[in-house]
Amino acid sequence: MTTQTMTIGRLARLALLSLGALLVLAPYIFMLSTAGKTQSEIFASSLSLIPHTWNYLANFTKAFTRVSMPMLLWNGVVVCGMILVLQVLVAVPCAYAMAKMKFRAARVMMALVMLGLLVPIHATALPLYVAFDRLSILNSYLALVAPFSISVFAIFLFLQFFRAMPDDLIHAARLDGMSELGIVARVIVPNAWPAVTAFAIFSVVAHWNDLFWPLIVVTNQAYATPPLGLLFFRAAEAGDDYGALMAATLIITLPLVLVFLLAQKSFVEGITMTGLKG
Amino acid sequence: MADLAISGYSPIETAARREARTALLLASPALVLMLVFIILPTVAVIVLGFTDFELGYASFRFVGFENYAELLNSRTFRKSLWNTAVYTAIVTPVSIALGLGVALLIESEPRGRSFFRTVYFLPVASLLVAMATVWQYLFHPSIGPLNALLAQFGIPGPNWLGASSTVIYGLSVIGIWQSIGFNMVLFLAGLTAIPRDLYAAAEVDGAKSALDRFRLVTWPMLGPTTLFVTTISVINSVKVFETVKTLTEGGPNKASEVLLFTIYQEGFVFLRVGYASAMTVVFLAILVVLMVLQYRFLDRQVHYS
Repeated sequence: MTTQTMTIGRLARLALLSLGALLVLAPYIFMLSTAGKTQSEIFASSLSLIPHTWNYLANFTKAFTRVSMPMLLWNGVVVCGMILVLQVLVAVPCAYAMAKMKFRAARVMMALVMLGLLVPIHATALPLYVAFDRLSILNSYLALVAPFSISVFAIFLFLQFFRAMPDDLIHAARLDGMSELGIVARVIVPNAWPAVTAFAIFSVVAHWNDLFWPLIVVTNQAYATPPLGLLFFRAAEAGDDYGALMAATLIITLPLVLVFLLAQKSFVEGITMTGLKG
Repeated sequence: MADLAISGYSPIETAARREARTALLLASPALVLMLVFIILPTVAVIVLGFTDFELGYASFRFVGFENYAELLNSRTFRKSLWNTAVYTAIVTPVSIALGLGVALLIESEPRGRSFFRTVYFLPVASLLVAMATVWQYLFHPSIGPLNALLAQFGIPGPNWLGASSTVIYGLSVIGIWQSIGFNMVLFLAGLTAIPRDLYAAAEVDGAKSALDRFRLVTWPMLGPTTLFVTTISVINSVKVFETVKTLTEGGPNKASEVLLFTIYQEGFVFLRVGYASAMTVVFLAILVVLMVLQYRFLDRQVHYS
């Protein structure tokens, strides 16, 4: 459709896209630049991007010592990992039963799933907080993970995928003497891999970023997830030490951005699929 | 076979019963967790909304609609609703228009397609609390690059996040920056799904300019996608919290109080659980209305499959 010659229209399009890209990237560029500047240079407020005196080492040292960055990242990995594993383990068998088996509770389940899709954590947080407080389980991985062990969105997404799978596949497996759980593990999951990957990306991005729930249940730094840890770090930096602050934001943003850059295609596809089904 | 018949059920019935039992077993963990973590808390929040429950006090009593009456008269809550509405009214249309614009440009330009897609999508994969901190620096009234840039042109920059007249716009800029990429990938998916021959047909019918093709083919065919993107954008905007909590704490002078922040403040800082529950019910009602509107619209307007 498009010819390869450079027309004015194409040049204009490329210029527009590049300008927009520059604006989108601006925060990252300034983050990289400011993380290497000294306090005095930051306060001189020049627009130059390359630091006069390279202060990267000092700023990163500060970022690493004030709040334990490796611990924050580790907490993030543990919490997101536990949430994802639980969500998939709970949702896949349920979605399979709802999609491919006949049982009376199926219709009620469907209604509950649709209802559940409407209710975000923000709506259930108050009673859950009161209950967790009574059970004295605030400030624990359990408190961070438990409410997300069930994802109705996962059930909803997998359900659509499983329904599209041919029944013959399952009948054949049954004739081979496989148990229903065996069918789920060895037939359904391998065939639903695209849906599982898509959901995994959606889930990790959502929970890695979530501030609301960790903020409520965690006051002890030892259990802080990356967003909450950054909040603690900001509170610990009383002044405007933007050099150290930018170094900290860089450290904390990098892991997920790297994963994204390495697995771009599945990342975008995953977000697209979950976005459109949601 | 005969001994099975004695039990009163045919073999088919027995098999059906066994299947139902297995199915329920497979679904039971999900069912239990749904009840514990979604249904019960939702019912509880509605009930708590009618009480004066406060964390730390042993007893509470039912107060009827007192919390809701207090909400109606609360300056903070009204301000909070208004700010959320303003934020949504800015972020949703702008991020959709820009997301669509970028998607159309990328789709029509073979060069650098995956590069641009990556760049525009980057904010979606970045920790919002961290990037909000970067924006705070960009917006800084005296040392921030944005005002330094404006100063080059002799324009005195405002105190973006520190003045009550501009704070909601500053937050909106961050919100837009963050969601363009998300909207873009959804629109890209929608654009790829449009059959190419429709454009050829439109051209035969006299749609010569790119604008005509957009008006006659692209826009109507994107209807369902646009509706989805709109709903998701509105809901995400109504849920704005991270940036407000990180950067402004609702200030200055309540100029950036938004719904979830007010709920957080009342419920988890002041521990007025009953009152905050009533607020949560209002929040939930807004989400329900939005979803109902989407389904209505979906039924009536946008079916082109």
